Amino acid sequence: MSSKDEPVNLRETLETIRKDALAAIDGAADAESLEKARVRFLGRKGLLSRALSGLRSVPPEERPEAGKVANEVKETLETSIRIRADQLASLADRSEVAPVDLTMPGRRPWRGGVHPVSIVIDEICDIFKELGFTRAAGPEVETDWHNFTALNIPLDHPAADMHDTFYLDEGVLLRTHTSPVQARVMMEHDPPVRILAPGMAFRRDPYDASHAPAFEQVEGLAVDEGIDFIEFRAAIDYFVHRFFGASTRTRFRPSYFPFTEPSAEVDVSCMICEGSGCAVCKRTGWIEIMGSGMVNPAVFEAVGYDPERYTGYAFGMGPARIAMLRYGIPDIRVLYEADVGFLEQFA
Amino acid sequence: MDLSVKWLQSLAPTIEGTAEELAASLSSRAVPVDRVEPVGTGLDDVVVARVLEVRRHPDADRLSLCRVDAGTGEVLDVVCGAPLIDEQGLYPFIPAGGILPGGFRIERRKIRGEISNGMLCSEKELGLGRDSAGIMRLADDHLPGESLPEALGMPDARLEVDLTPNRVDLACHVGVARELAPGGIGDIALPPFGGPEWSPRWKTGRQSASAGHVTVTIEDPERCFRYLAAIVRGVEVGPSPQWLQARLRAAGSQPINNVVDSTNYVLLELNQPLHAFDLARISGREIRVRAARNEAHTTLDGTEHELGPEVSVIADAERPIALAGVMGGADSEVSTETTDLLIECAAFDPRHTRHTALETGLSTEASYRFERGIDESGMETAIQRCVELILATAGGAADEQAIRVGRPVPDPPRISLRPSRVRSVLGLRLSGGQIAALLEPLGFSVEGPRGSTETSGKLTVGVPGWRTDVREEVDLLEEVARRYGYESFPQEDRSFRPSTVPDSPVWRRADRARRFLSASGLLEARSATFASRSRTSGRPARLLKPLSEAEAFLRTDLVPILLGRVEHNWSRGHRDVRLFEIGNVFQAGSGGGEPSGAVLSVVEETRAGVAITGLRAPPHWTGSAGDMEMWDLMGLLEEAADGLGIGDIRPGEPPADSEGLPLGWRPWLGSESLCIFQGDRLVGVAGRVRDEAVDSPVWAAPVYAAEFRLDAVRLAEGRIFRDLPTFPSVSRDLALVLDRKVVAAAVGEAILSAAPATLESVDLFDVYEGEKVEVGQRSLAWRLVFRAPDRTLRDEEVEDAVGSITANLEDRFDARIRSS
Ligand SMILES: [Zn+2]
Repeated sequence: MSSKDEPVNLRETLETIRKDALAAIDGAADAESLEKARVRFLGRKGLLSRALSGLRSVPPEERPEAGKVANEVKETLETSIRIRADQLASLADRSEVAPVDLTMPGRRPWRGGVHPVSIVIDEICDIFKELGFTRAAGPEVETDWHNFTALNIPLDHPAADMHDTFYLDEGVLLRTHTSPVQARVMMEHDPPVRILAPGMAFRRDPYDASHAPAFEQVEGLAVDEGIDFIEFRAAIDYFVHRFFGASTRTRFRPSYFPFTEPSAEVDVSCMICEGSGCAVCKRTGWIEIMGSGMVNPAVFEAVGYDPERYTGYAFGMGPARIAMLRYGIPDIRVLYEADVGFLEQFA
Repeated sequence: MDLSVKWLQSLAPTIEGTAEELAASLSSRAVPVDRVEPVGTGLDDVVVARVLEVRRHPDADRLSLCRVDAGTGEVLDVVCGAPLIDEQGLYPFIPAGGILPGGFRIERRKIRGEISNGMLCSEKELGLGRDSAGIMRLADDHLPGESLPEALGMPDARLEVDLTPNRVDLACHVGVARELAPGGIGDIALPPFGGPEWSPRWKTGRQSASAGHVTVTIEDPERCFRYLAAIVRGVEVGPSPQWLQARLRAAGSQPINNVVDSTNYVLLELNQPLHAFDLARISGREIRVRAARNEAHTTLDGTEHELGPEVSVIADAERPIALAGVMGGADSEVSTETTDLLIECAAFDPRHTRHTALETGLSTEASYRFERGIDESGMETAIQRCVELILATAGGAADEQAIRVGRPVPDPPRISLRPSRVRSVLGLRLSGGQIAALLEPLGFSVEGPRGSTETSGKLTVGVPGWRTDVREEVDLLEEVARRYGYESFPQEDRSFRPSTVPDSPVWRRADRARRFLSASGLLEARSATFASRSRTSGRPARLLKPLSEAEAFLRTDLVPILLGRVEHNWSRGHRDVRLFEIGNVFQAGSGGGEPSGAVLSVVEETRAGVAITGLRAPPHWTGSAGDMEMWDLMGLLEEAADGLGIGDIRPGEPPADSEGLPLGWRPWLGSESLCIFQGDRLVGVAGRVRDEAVDSPVWAAPVYAAEFRLDAVRLAEGRIFRDLPTFPSVSRDLALVLDRKVVAAAVGEAILSAAPATLESVDLFDVYEGEKVEVGQRSLAWRLVFRAPDRTLRDEEVEDAVGSITANLEDRFDARIRSS
């Protein structure tokens, strides 16, 4: 061999060692084979040492350059071995720990929720919104004029027996229905009026399984030219089908409310037994859900609407009772106790 | 109101169908039927039997031995436990082998050594009534061996009708028969009683009239419109015949004696309340209808009353003998000694009857009808029916002359009914003829053009006397709709115009608050509006007639009510409670004038309330999240301030006065208190609930609460988009050591005030007291983020800014920078 070729060979040798060594390090599947690779390439009698022993045959002026290359290779290999050792160590760690038990429950926040009666009220209002209704509000403490007189209920009439009233003062009472909101709205706005009056109503009924002295009501009122009994029935049918389901049937029966005439009680086919008769519907297959009717002209007169020009319909229902039916709640009192165990069921 | 189906069918034989079908028909056209109850079913084995002989049982004082003829040809020995069995009396009997209505089989057996071949039955055992004390004595007009159901006109069925206040005309069998008979009034005939007929000659007077030595005077024609009186002499008061008793029982009325039963029968047949006085007990043979003059009176239920002038009475020459239209008196009651009767058939004024009933606390079948108005045109028929029934059941003879005082029968009201109105209100195109065909069977008279469906004409409708509820055209529209059948209306959808009324801001704010609070992990409560005095503050409004002292006031604030709910949850073992409520609170005060002239003496406001206690998050196996503390409430309020715009949160005790109802925080708010302000207006209070303000078990965690006015919730969004940053930000952390008394907010404000516009945000991220910080001082670490919208900030710029900020802080608070 000519001396001229020596350095070239040394550089090539170093490059070959680098490639082979990196492959061996990468391919080491465990700490043992990695150590073997280290001894083989970087050991005192390893390939790199032996290659460097050839440095003496390199011309002196080229030695620093060759030495630098050799050092770089050495550092590269040492770093690679360290990284690979860490990798193998962490792999080993992982295989020693048991896999995570994902059958364990996750970390949850508290879940909040809206009261079931609010859910029902919102649903009722949402459906009537589709029929152009908006929501109105009014005071819970009312005058007897708004609560009775404006709604065609004379104070000294047997019809007032239907309302066992909480009075606060002469002529001042807790409204017995949300209908006075209708009177207030009509006194402020001209037709067409299509409103819902959700809110609290009060009657002197002591608490029992189906009565509470304070309870929710949703009343509705539509007044315009040309509203007739047929439209009234269609609107109620629309609501019932949207709320209770398309297969639910309705039944309109004559009834009496001073502020509507003709008046109708609306029954829906029992959602529990689908009409075949059960305890919930008292074996009739029907459940009473609202009182309703065409607005009595006397009400229009009281609020200053022309009863010859305008007609309309009104209805009212009890969302607490509907919530009880829908969710199978047997006792109305549980609605108003705010028991966390109860409220969480609707969250 | 209970109705006998047999009775209805005896009035109108055209009423056909099962009791259930009739109930459905009545419900769909007039008034709801709550229940259909069979009467006298399962009685196939029961016969009429005559007790021939009664002996005491030799071994048992309370038993008797009867020899009974049950029509079989042999005499049966029967042991009976009931007292007072009459020899020769007729009784219901089940022979051995027969079955009682409940399914119980009667066997031949020995009772204390004596053979019993069957059982004599009480009303209750037969399911015919409530009387279980004695064996049911049957009237003498039957034969032993006759089937009991046949003898009693059974089986029958009872319809329990839920009368609406307007349809008093349906409180009698004829009224319901008019609705149910296909031909209406044309199908109805009153069946004769088989006794003598009575056609009186009326002695008539506007204010007073006399006959048979009796004088009737209406002193106050406003209290009584008409008063008819008949006199029947020589009656024998005793039990009514079986058919009459059975009728009354089927219609839910208890038989008393033949005279009282006769008045009750006519009441239930024709709706006319009648009263029979013992003529001998009417002092001075004088009947006066007048106001009471502060007199004492005992009604026939045995109650004593002190009668003021609000009360209307029937008086004799000396004293009241009955409450007009409500109840008879004990003194003039018909008894077994009575022989001569005065039968009253009157029309009392609804309003005065109501006052009399209210003043005396009595509500009766009679007052119910008078309060709603009776058919004055039917009074003559009613008293005639009653007298004839008494003659048929109690014997005696009626005076030919009878008394009639008061106004003439008013003409039936005549009401215009426009087919055009039928069209516009009901949506039905009906001709005059079609309308007449709907109304005439109910007794309305209809005049006017019948042929066309032209909507220009009008009909004149005469209202029968029994329809006191029909006064106006709209009442007739209801009759038309009802008779047409609500279920027969065509089904058509209609278009509609939008409402002129905007969706109420109250409900829109409530929606937003409810959504926010439930999304924050809180559960919505709906608790009572009523509260005890101890849970209210300010000037609470008191109910005039509360249900109880614990519910005597209207709530003045939500938090005290929610705290009650928290206590309820504690009592159920729930430690972690997080509730909110949106609702109205009230204060007594003077409100504005109302259109009616009344003044609302109570003012109200809608609020949202919050009460939270216990764990911050549900328990988890990785470790507890810890109990909620002030910072959880603060965080919730800060979120509400951002999300709902309820205002600024400031620490400190709330000021005394604010616009709106006072926020009653004193009963519950502790020293860690916050106020929510919108400008200068106090809109809410919040903080830690004082321990003594709640009744807490030892294991309970501290409670935090908040209450704010719902009108503070922002409706308009008012947000404007900011460009997303295009240049990078530079952040610097600044740890300041300063006096413990300097509040963080002041430091934050000082940082902001000394910073250039490029300071994007300042956040407190660490608070430290302890080693390396002198006592009385603390370290507050802030992260400052700088950013310019138009360029990348240079380091020097930021250093300059931080420099001037720290200089300012050193200057103002004597703060020093803490090296990390
Ligand atoms: Zn059912």
